[in-house]
Amino acid sequence: MSEPAISVENLSKRYRIGVRNRRRDTLVGNAIEALSAPLRNLKRLARLSRFDENEDDRPDVVWAVRDVSFDVEPGEVVGVIGRNGAGKSTLLKLLTRIAVPTSGEAVINGHVSSLLEVGTGFHPELTGRENVYLNGAVLGMTRREISRKFDEIVDFSGVERFIETPVKRYSSGMKVRLAFSVAAHLEPEILLVDEVLSVGDWEFQKKCLGKMDDVARQGRTVLFVSHNQAAVTRLCSRILLMEHGCLVEDGPAHEVMSVYLRAGMGSMAEQSWPDPTTAPGADVARIRAARVVGEDGRVSDAVDIRRPIFLEMEYEVLRPGYLLQPNFTVWNAEEAVVAFAGVDLDPEWIDRKRPKGLYVTRARIPGNLLAEGMFTVDACMSTKRPVKAQFNADAAMAFHVVDPMDGTTARGDWAGRMGGVMRPKLEWATEYLGAGRDEEPVLVEEPVG
Amino acid sequence: MRGVPEARTVPRTVISGRRRLFDLGLSELRDYGELFFFLVWRDIKGRYAQSVLGVGWALIQPTLQMIVFTVIFGGLANIDSDGIPYPIFSYTALVAWNYFSNALSDATGSLVKDKAMMQKIYFPRMILPGSAVLGRLVDFFIALLLLVGLMVWYAIPPTPWVLLLPLFLVITMAAASGLGMGLGALAVQYRDVKHGLTFGIQLFMYAAPVVYPVSYVPEQFRLWYAINPMVGVIEGFRAALLGSTPMPWDLIAVGAVSSVVILSLGAMYFRSKERIFADVA
Repeated sequence: MSEPAISVENLSKRYRIGVRNRRRDTLVGNAIEALSAPLRNLKRLARLSRFDENEDDRPDVVWAVRDVSFDVEPGEVVGVIGRNGAGKSTLLKLLTRIAVPTSGEAVINGHVSSLLEVGTGFHPELTGRENVYLNGAVLGMTRREISRKFDEIVDFSGVERFIETPVKRYSSGMKVRLAFSVAAHLEPEILLVDEVLSVGDWEFQKKCLGKMDDVARQGRTVLFVSHNQAAVTRLCSRILLMEHGCLVEDGPAHEVMSVYLRAGMGSMAEQSWPDPTTAPGADVARIRAARVVGEDGRVSDAVDIRRPIFLEMEYEVLRPGYLLQPNFTVWNAEEAVVAFAGVDLDPEWIDRKRPKGLYVTRARIPGNLLAEGMFTVDACMSTKRPVKAQFNADAAMAFHVVDPMDGTTARGDWAGRMGGVMRPKLEWATEYLGAGRDEEPVLVEEPVG
Repeated sequence: MRGVPEARTVPRTVISGRRRLFDLGLSELRDYGELFFFLVWRDIKGRYAQSVLGVGWALIQPTLQMIVFTVIFGGLANIDSDGIPYPIFSYTALVAWNYFSNALSDATGSLVKDKAMMQKIYFPRMILPGSAVLGRLVDFFIALLLLVGLMVWYAIPPTPWVLLLPLFLVITMAAASGLGMGLGALAVQYRDVKHGLTFGIQLFMYAAPVVYPVSYVPEQFRLWYAINPMVGVIEGFRAALLGSTPMPWDLIAVGAVSSVVILSLGAMYFRSKERIFADVA
């Protein structure tokens, strides 16, 4: 057996967060406060890096990561999920050596690169070319490596015309493209991704996911921290669930995700893009939100198998006069497309050019159709004439179909494993056709009366 | 193109919280040589970008200082300058002193300036103050060029001791790096350092023989005075280039020892603090 790519043993990290001093409300009190402020500040700042024994119960001491142990084998793609503040990002910071652990140990076998570092070290006064070299060096490439890949990097970024221009004249999109392009040409054996920390617009996040996918396909190791649970479920085979700094679940992706959802710890039924400038979209339409809604009109990520499910997308039409084609693609956990709901058949809009404004499009999936399990949905939009994609919000939402197991569903009273992408409640009918060929007729005694 | 090249050895990284006081991590520093180089280059290119005079500013600062000092100290206060014209007397000191003070303030501020980088990627943190000290060498050499011009103008030939200039430069760099690392590490946690430094450096200049000759300091205090490494360096510069005084070996020796001590203490303090940089910056 080969050595694990990442081996973590009892890793812990303690932080002290600044706690505000209480304020006094008298004039004299305030005066004393002001005079003693430097002394207090000194104490406060000095304490940031000092910890006394048995201080764990104090309100300003936080164990961001506590006694976490796990191994990741080479080639595994592992997701890390958990609520905000569960310690996911800190774990990644420890593994990238940005922060130093308080105790415990981690061993990493292989070249590591992390997509947290996209664009780090870019200097606004330097040209695109110079920044490619600088950023490459920051990411651990040698000068020769960068020179060899330089043309490829620039090609991929699409900013070749401006490569001799200082980066401060770039649009933010160009900057991100160039930076990402450098990162995309790294060849790490282990890729650490923190989607929570990676700034950037939707396009960029999609590219990150794409890069992860590539890396994973090449048999390299990926550790992926994300809030996008749908994406984690789709990309990762195994999930680590963290809570209050501890590792609480570690197992196959769908099992852990179910635990997480059942515990009400997360929701992936809704996603919104509050900032219209970074929301996915093109010149005609931009998405605003996508959500899974139950029959009762409430956002829900666990849906009763018998009840209908509504997929919703909210979007803004920026330019009037186009025929729009909203569509949903529904994927199951095995990454099979269960349905490509490609045509908005609403007679009201099917042949009517849209005026500017906000819209919501809803598609109803009838009850007793999908099988149990996890489904992720892409919300996409294109114009019809000409056909041009406006947005493709991959894994915009996800939901869980749950069977209540009460005998009223397509399962009947069977409680074991059931295959199938669909679980329609078909119309069943059985007739008795009389006795078989070589057998004596069996007389069924009718009860008299 | 795709896949991991088989020939690459798989590096093994151990991450733990154990500290080693005397391990300065120098071998690791070597692995990051190219990053070091790129950061120096970034500092130099970035410093004078979008300015009309560009590197000309490296000349304007000491020249104006020289003029002001000549008027005030050479003229009004009539300070003795070992028998050489006051402008070149003070400018010689300023070439060394300005390098020291600029390198020190850049090194001290380097960690706070690049804290975004520290919070996003790993690299030996010493690269930051180190590249700041190296990056200021360009200014030093430009200022030195003007000094050559002044020597020609005043017809002062250099002495053979001019060959010692690299030694003086090394002492200066050691002192600036050591102090810069120590103060820089402190500045990560206490931003007061930033406020105090500008002003501190200005005062500190009067603790070095920039505007006056060493002969103004009473004989019995001179070796104590030379604990400031810049004393030996500045007097050494004058002795080597202007020949105004004999080479002050005693001052240089004390300064050299002192700069080595400053460098070691600074580096050790830096190493002991660097683990918290990303957390508290």
